[in-house]
Amino acid sequence: MTIHTVVNGRPHDLDVAPHALLLDVLRDTLDLKGAKRSCDTQVCGACTVLVDGLAVSACTYLAVEADGRSVLTVEGLAEGESLHPLQRAFVEAGAVQCGFCTAGMLLTAKAMLSEHDRPTRADVLHYLRGSLCRCTGYRKIVDAVLAAAETRS
Amino acid sequence: MSARPLRVVGHPVPRVDAIEKVTGRARYVTDLTVPGMAHAKVLRSPYAHARVTRVDVTRARARPGVFAALAGADLTWCDPYYGPAYRDRPVLAIEVARYEGEPVAAVAAVDEATAEEALELVDVDYEPLAAAMTLEEALAPGAPLVHAGQPPAGHFADLATLRPRPGTNVCHQFQFARGDAAAALAGADVVVEDVYRFPPVQHVALEPHAVVAAWDETGALTLWASTQNPYSVRVELAKMFDVPLARIRVVVPHLGGGFGSKTYAKLEPLAATLARAAGRPVRLAASIPEAFQTVRRCASRVAARAGFRRDGTLVAVECEADYDVGAYADIGPRVVQKGTYTATGPYRVPHVKLDARAVYTNTTPGGAFRGFGVPQLAWALESLFDTAADRLGRDPVDLRRQNFLAHGEEFAPGDTPIDGKLEESLGRAAEAIGWMQAPAAGRGRGVAAMLKASVAPSVSEAIVRLHADGSVTVLASAVEMGQGTRTVLAQIAAEVLSVPLARVTVVQPDTAVTPYDQTTSSSRSTAMTGRAVQVAAEDVRDQLLAIAARHLGVAARELALAEGAVVAPARRLTYAEALALNFGMTGGELIGRGVIAPGRTAAPLGGSTPFWEMAVGAAEVSVDEETGAIRVERYVSVADVGRAINPLLLEGQDEGGVVQGLGHTLLEEMLYADGHLLNGTLLTYRVPRADDAPEDLECRFVENADGSGPFGAKGAGEGSLIPVSPAVANALARLTGVRLRDLPLSPERVWRALRARSPRA
Repeated sequence: MTIHTVVNGRPHDLDVAPHALLLDVLRDTLDLKGAKRSCDTQVCGACTVLVDGLAVSACTYLAVEADGRSVLTVEGLAEGESLHPLQRAFVEAGAVQCGFCTAGMLLTAKAMLSEHDRPTRADVLHYLRGSLCRCTGYRKIVDAVLAAAETRS
Repeated sequence: MSARPLRVVGHPVPRVDAIEKVTGRARYVTDLTVPGMAHAKVLRSPYAHARVTRVDVTRARARPGVFAALAGADLTWCDPYYGPAYRDRPVLAIEVARYEGEPVAAVAAVDEATAEEALELVDVDYEPLAAAMTLEEALAPGAPLVHAGQPPAGHFADLATLRPRPGTNVCHQFQFARGDAAAALAGADVVVEDVYRFPPVQHVALEPHAVVAAWDETGALTLWASTQNPYSVRVELAKMFDVPLARIRVVVPHLGGGFGSKTYAKLEPLAATLARAAGRPVRLAASIPEAFQTVRRCASRVAARAGFRRDGTLVAVECEADYDVGAYADIGPRVVQKGTYTATGPYRVPHVKLDARAVYTNTTPGGAFRGFGVPQLAWALESLFDTAADRLGRDPVDLRRQNFLAHGEEFAPGDTPIDGKLEESLGRAAEAIGWMQAPAAGRGRGVAAMLKASVAPSVSEAIVRLHADGSVTVLASAVEMGQGTRTVLAQIAAEVLSVPLARVTVVQPDTAVTPYDQTTSSSRSTAMTGRAVQVAAEDVRDQLLAIAARHLGVAARELALAEGAVVAPARRLTYAEALALNFGMTGGELIGRGVIAPGRTAAPLGGSTPFWEMAVGAAEVSVDEETGAIRVERYVSVADVGRAINPLLLEGQDEGGVVQGLGHTLLEEMLYADGHLLNGTLLTYRVPRADDAPEDLECRFVENADGSGPFGAKGAGEGSLIPVSPAVANALARLTGVRLRDLPLSPERVWRALRARSPRA
């Protein structure tokens, strides 16, 4: 079936199978490899993308559900070569190690920031419960999100 | 020249790959597409131990879209066995399946869905056999044997002395002794002893194992693999397919975490076999549940005794350690040997008797995992140390300090003398956690120390190229898996050659391009590969100085490198100018070579460790007496690193090590029942989340530039993880009086122990 969806600001008419997962459509059809496949069960957050601003696990989200909606992946976060404040904060705080969780972390944090003007540490921890990182001790990620919130306000 | 202040090394510069990672541009194996690539799926044994009486892939092979379907019996055209310690592991089960999840058949098809469907067309008959699922079952008289007969040795240098016990499940026994431990224990004033258990846990690298394998028209093999040791993978495949090393190319893109799970060949042999059979490139990407069926940490049972004199002097340690290495040896025997070698920790112990066994069981193969056998033993010894402190009426910090090996002291005859000052780490950790002040009500504190040897002998080689425009390429095969090695190697080259970091490019490992490096593990890359890069860069520097000396008519010793130029007292030649003078044109390059190969020594394991990894952890915990849940409120790690080449990255590594250590300390355990793994998914296997990490987490370093690595650096990254379990358990004991000996310290275990201590109505 054909869906109309906007991905990172570009409109697409996509022919997708009814059971196709958003993650596969993004990665294989649109060649957007930033969202990662890991747990396949909505636990790890590596595949997180935003659909109409809400964080979803693309590994368990049907592509057809994105019909008429707007999808943001990590590739759409920067404005050209100018990094999003979250991206800059992650780089500067050392919040990136292997990078496999990074896209999901960034997009989850973006969703959080859209709901919290001045997030507390507890707000950040609450949102990041759905995003696993096995490299960092999370501290630098939390610090980066708080720093980005700070620069924004 | 050497006295000038460091410009790049020692500075917390952001990672060189940070931008590509935050923009989603970094490429991992599963992001790659090779033209004509087929997709593989694996049929795995549902039994822990079974005779495989029939595997029929005929129907699968006939399914449209299938390029190859293979069973173990099909592999007559290659040597189907591999393994670094023993070549005991078939690519696909041959006659016997030895653990639940062992590959039995595999399919390569036009897409993953077709491959998945074809697996359902594979007919397999199993005859279930009695299984040995635990150390106890595997070591019992008359236990089911996981392997019959003696498997052939693998390729690891220091395993020439592998000692299996035929007719048992013991695939290696390692014994080490000095002095007379029995007599010393008999004469000791205080002897403490207990049995400590460490659970099987999985690495949970967020990127599961993945590989793309392609044979070309000349019969050469290329793999894009998520491996920590491309050169070891190459050796395995060369043996399997009887192909010269030079015709196997292993390319390593970014790794989505490793932690030891991607050391040695994992999925690469199966992918290469399928690609050969399919006659086209094959992509094999594991799922997280399949990673649980690929490798895990070796579980252990450690019976340890330590004897002290009344004045607190440690006189003897005896230790019997059994490690569950699972169904195939992988690198398990070396984990056992290396781990046990440092069972006495960072302490002076005149009388020692160590006896360790690597034991096969019908479970997922156990292999390398951050700490490499040391966490299991440190769990025992560092817990015993606190028990001894109680018995002696001593402060646990004091008692440790009294018994630490000193800088320069011998650990074992022939091995590297101790190259750090652990008393400094302990002092700083104690101060940071506030050891001398009483903790707040409901809080308890504990400390633990560690010492670990790195792999030896080992080899690292590097090439540094200086181009006509003064930019630099570093060729080295240390794998970037998140730890930051690409950044560190770039910093080292930039420092030596006096160029900005942005002028240095570190090429991804590729055995056709980047020179030999033994392994990215054992905390060795900064010290060994980094040193090779330093030597290679110095080789380029010396060539530059010679060129400038020749053309300026100045002695080389009067020249120095500064900001991309050779500087003489009265003149300055940019690198571009120096190269143009040298080659008589704009073109050509200088090539420097660095080889670090300390070779074999008289040390007990055949090589002297290039550095000792040493660290101290201090924990402050609270416990919910109603639920038994432990909360680590504060944690301080202090590692003796010689020099932090990049303090920002090192801090990140050590913070991650602490939190990963909290995983097996509080949460993680692979649970088996009736021959089945119960929790091999992330829905059921709980790793630390952001809200599990201590809010107050500090990682610090002792830097005395006393390491053998570049600029006095030593290896780091494993040290922060190892003290976590005993530090937390010691804190729990000091808070509640409860001493636990089995990990993880789950709420149920803690709650039961608290109840047993103070029974309520």
